[in-house]
Amino acid sequence: MNTDLSLREFKKGAWNKNIDPADFVKNNITPYEGGATFLQGPSKKTLRVWSAAKVALNEERINNGCRSINTEVVSNITAFGPGYIKKDDEVIVGLQTELLLMRAMKPFGGIKLVQSAVEERGLKVSERVVDIFNYARNHNQAVFDAYDSEIRAYRSNHVLTGLPDNYARGRIIGDFRRMALYGANVLIEAKKFDYANVSGELTEHKVRLREELSLQINALKDMIVMAKGYGIDVTRPAETAQEAIQWTYIGYLAAIKEQDGAAMSLGNVSSFFDIYIERDLEAGIITEEEAQEMIDQFVMKLRLVRHLRPASYDEIFGGDPTWVTESIGGQFHDGRTKVTKTSFRFLQTLYNLGPAPEPNLTVLWSNDLPEEFKSFCAQVSIDTSSLQYENDDVMRCVRGSDDYGIACCVSYQPIGKRIQHFGARANMPKTLLLALNEGREEEKGIQIISGVPAIPEGALSYDLVLQQFKFALSELARVYAKSMFIIHYMHDKYYYERAQMALIDTDPGVDIAYGAAGISIIADSLSAIKYAKVTPVRNSKGLTVDFNIEGDFPKYGNDDDRVDNIAKEITSFFIGELRKHQTYKNAVPTLSLLTITSNVMYGKNTGATPDGRKAGESFAPGANPMHGRDCTGAIASLNSVSKLSYEDAQDGISNTFSMIPKSLGSTKEEQVENLVATLNGYFGHGAHHLNVNVLNRETLMDAYNHPEQYPQLTIRVSGYAVNFVRLSKAHQLEVIARTFHESM
Amino acid sequence: MALYFPLQDTEQDTLNTLHPNDLRIHSLETFGTHDGPGVRMVIFVQGCQFRCLYCQNVDTLDVNGGTMVSIDELVTRAINQKDYFGHKGGVTVSGGEPLLQRSKLITFFKKLHDNGINTCLDSNGRLLDNDVKELLHHTDLILLDVKHIDDDWHHKLCGVSNKPTLKVAEYCESVQQKMWLRYVLVPGWNDQPEFVEKWARQFTGYKSVDRVEILPYHQLGMHKWRMMGLPYQLTDVTTPSTEIKERVLHTFQKYFADVRLK
Repeated sequence: MNTDLSLREFKKGAWNKNIDPADFVKNNITPYEGGATFLQGPSKKTLRVWSAAKVALNEERINNGCRSINTEVVSNITAFGPGYIKKDDEVIVGLQTELLLMRAMKPFGGIKLVQSAVEERGLKVSERVVDIFNYARNHNQAVFDAYDSEIRAYRSNHVLTGLPDNYARGRIIGDFRRMALYGANVLIEAKKFDYANVSGELTEHKVRLREELSLQINALKDMIVMAKGYGIDVTRPAETAQEAIQWTYIGYLAAIKEQDGAAMSLGNVSSFFDIYIERDLEAGIITEEEAQEMIDQFVMKLRLVRHLRPASYDEIFGGDPTWVTESIGGQFHDGRTKVTKTSFRFLQTLYNLGPAPEPNLTVLWSNDLPEEFKSFCAQVSIDTSSLQYENDDVMRCVRGSDDYGIACCVSYQPIGKRIQHFGARANMPKTLLLALNEGREEEKGIQIISGVPAIPEGALSYDLVLQQFKFALSELARVYAKSMFIIHYMHDKYYYERAQMALIDTDPGVDIAYGAAGISIIADSLSAIKYAKVTPVRNSKGLTVDFNIEGDFPKYGNDDDRVDNIAKEITSFFIGELRKHQTYKNAVPTLSLLTITSNVMYGKNTGATPDGRKAGESFAPGANPMHGRDCTGAIASLNSVSKLSYEDAQDGISNTFSMIPKSLGSTKEEQVENLVATLNGYFGHGAHHLNVNVLNRETLMDAYNHPEQYPQLTIRVSGYAVNFVRLSKAHQLEVIARTFHESM
Repeated sequence: MALYFPLQDTEQDTLNTLHPNDLRIHSLETFGTHDGPGVRMVIFVQGCQFRCLYCQNVDTLDVNGGTMVSIDELVTRAINQKDYFGHKGGVTVSGGEPLLQRSKLITFFKKLHDNGINTCLDSNGRLLDNDVKELLHHTDLILLDVKHIDDDWHHKLCGVSNKPTLKVAEYCESVQQKMWLRYVLVPGWNDQPEFVEKWARQFTGYKSVDRVEILPYHQLGMHKWRMMGLPYQLTDVTTPSTEIKERVLHTFQKYFADVRLK
């Protein structure tokens, strides 16, 4: 212990009696209302470590996106010894494996996917590991043992896609701050106490809980061992800022050594770190440069997180994302801001290390955020296109917590208190086509839903189509809910997230996060049927291959209630249907309007739709209007999206906003002012999420043609950011084609 | 110089008086950041009697073109956007020439002011009558394009005289109507040092002039001329060189406190 340091005591509170980092933060935070002038550039040490990392990143890029794979070891918290980038210069240490950017196998989600990922790289999974999984069951195998033919049909015909049934579900955020605030020993004691309280007449639930608690306690013990490898003793609480950051990172590192869920998010650590940094600065034991150095180096580690993924995975999650989502800013219920100097320091990493997609920096935007912070965020967006924004005022009020993080792309999760089960998404336009084709899939005619009557010849009737579409959606909800029940039951059984769960309250509440893709196509299709004359063109099997549209119709994205209300109504209807079904662990259903990068894949697998979209054409991402149909400018487009109700889509409503710099204003100062005004307006209307890209289309074209010159070019795509050059060429073209708002 | 269609003197009168509850508009840009301060909803109205050789919205000239949109709908749209305007933004009516629909714009601007929305006119100053004066009374800022200080050159460049424009400017000064003067800088047409100097001297004493904006000519509107089958006469004119831009900037800066080169 650093007993020689004369550090002041933290203000006491409920956190001294219970495991409660939120209370610690509330009692000890120093909200910051000032500007960015205090920020420092990168230290020499940071530059040296980053340049070593950049060499490895370049090797990874040259080697087709994967530097190396360990094919011998089943990764877990203690499977690998310590790893370093440039040991002497690293102030925050720890890698997933012993080598930088080496990817590890985590086969409990599904051995098949691991095998294909390894074999695609011309390597082989070691015989020992293959043999282990001849005996050990894995999540993937177990889920398919319980699937029925209906689920399989929905799945193989692209109605339900990207389901976490052959890979890990992710999304569960550990409260990694707990490691720093309490140390592992106290956390183990608390879990033992919880275990002792699982008593009385036993139920399946209680037995399950005891097993979970034992797994969690073992995970904490393993974290102690793993940290010891780096010469770090996490049994006790952290004392200094460096320790607080390091301890927190050990908690996170344990999670990503053992789990490779699609999204392995971080939570909201920045203002927690700030408390320690403020105290160290006050005591004179660190300088501002050293404070920034710790944040830069922590963030650098987060940029280097890697998981082993097969090529097929890239279709739904393009650009190798890890969703190390860190939420910055927001307000407390009591009206104080959660913005601290360390909120600024996190954003400053985008200058000190250059732009980057990870960590997925998410600004929790409130109307009441300090003005200087708003301006700095806008400036960073304009300079780096690396930030996304979410409505803190809405999430805090509707969901209830003021200590939450963002899981994956856009999803609210109270830290350490609740978790969420990831549910991928359903293809709504495909479902509309099922409704128009007697329940048959439009390409091959395979029967998916029974009981859908044939549509009469001639122009489509809005009332009839709406009625049949709603029936199809209710069937979709039923099958979707079934599949999720199975998936999460099996994931708990075969690939339980013991590391994250060890850092979360025992037996937390669960949200089940369903998703829907293609809302803009649905809105425009139904609008076309209602306001224009739409006649299906059918092939010899009677399946729709195209639609004749006569006359004009209102299109989503122009602030026109006639069509925007359709989008709203369908979203509300679908979540209503989902809420009717049983869920595993009594999880509460939520819904997202989000596509990740799968909007391209959905488009490829979906026939022509009544809005005039041709077969195979990409969907718009998330809740965005379709490309080129929002023709009255950016604000009309934003207003349309903002009408979708967060109450109906509490897992998130994603919108990606791309602007050429000149459209935002003539000078940097004007651009910052105008972006702040836009964000205030959009979120003031109750909108949920916004990705902000400020880029010239020409830059993207040049990067498409000369990727080697743009290693750090970052762009927001759905609920995350990517290195543009690491997207597939198809995804790159889709991004370039997307509506750029360029008023002149 | 061939005018591609008549000035439509008769029609422009009816444009102002017929359909008092509707504006004839060309298009709407809900995220305008270049026509007035802050984020603005910009309404491009239809109809203009200037025949500027460099016109970048040549499709807005015909006073019989465009779409009729009710003033109330536009007010509703503006209210829906109000949250985005921040402290500075609001609504700009550009065109086309807004003053051709001055009577209706009085109604429109009054309603915007009733809802606390800032109003801005982007005009060539085509005419000055009592309605224009009343409209200016409900205008927070006028962006006045004075395209050439020499009337002969103004005729050559825009097909009409600059006298009404100068009268509008004088009137604005007399009632202290806040103005941003705009100068589309076209090499070989209005970059002559003596005229630039004269232009600046004309307005240097005006207290109502809050800012001067230099808008370098570009050819981005040329494709519209082609689409409409009209001959574009400035095909050989390029965007002004840095040297020209800097020279005009320096001249203006001698006479005005706030000059922006866009």
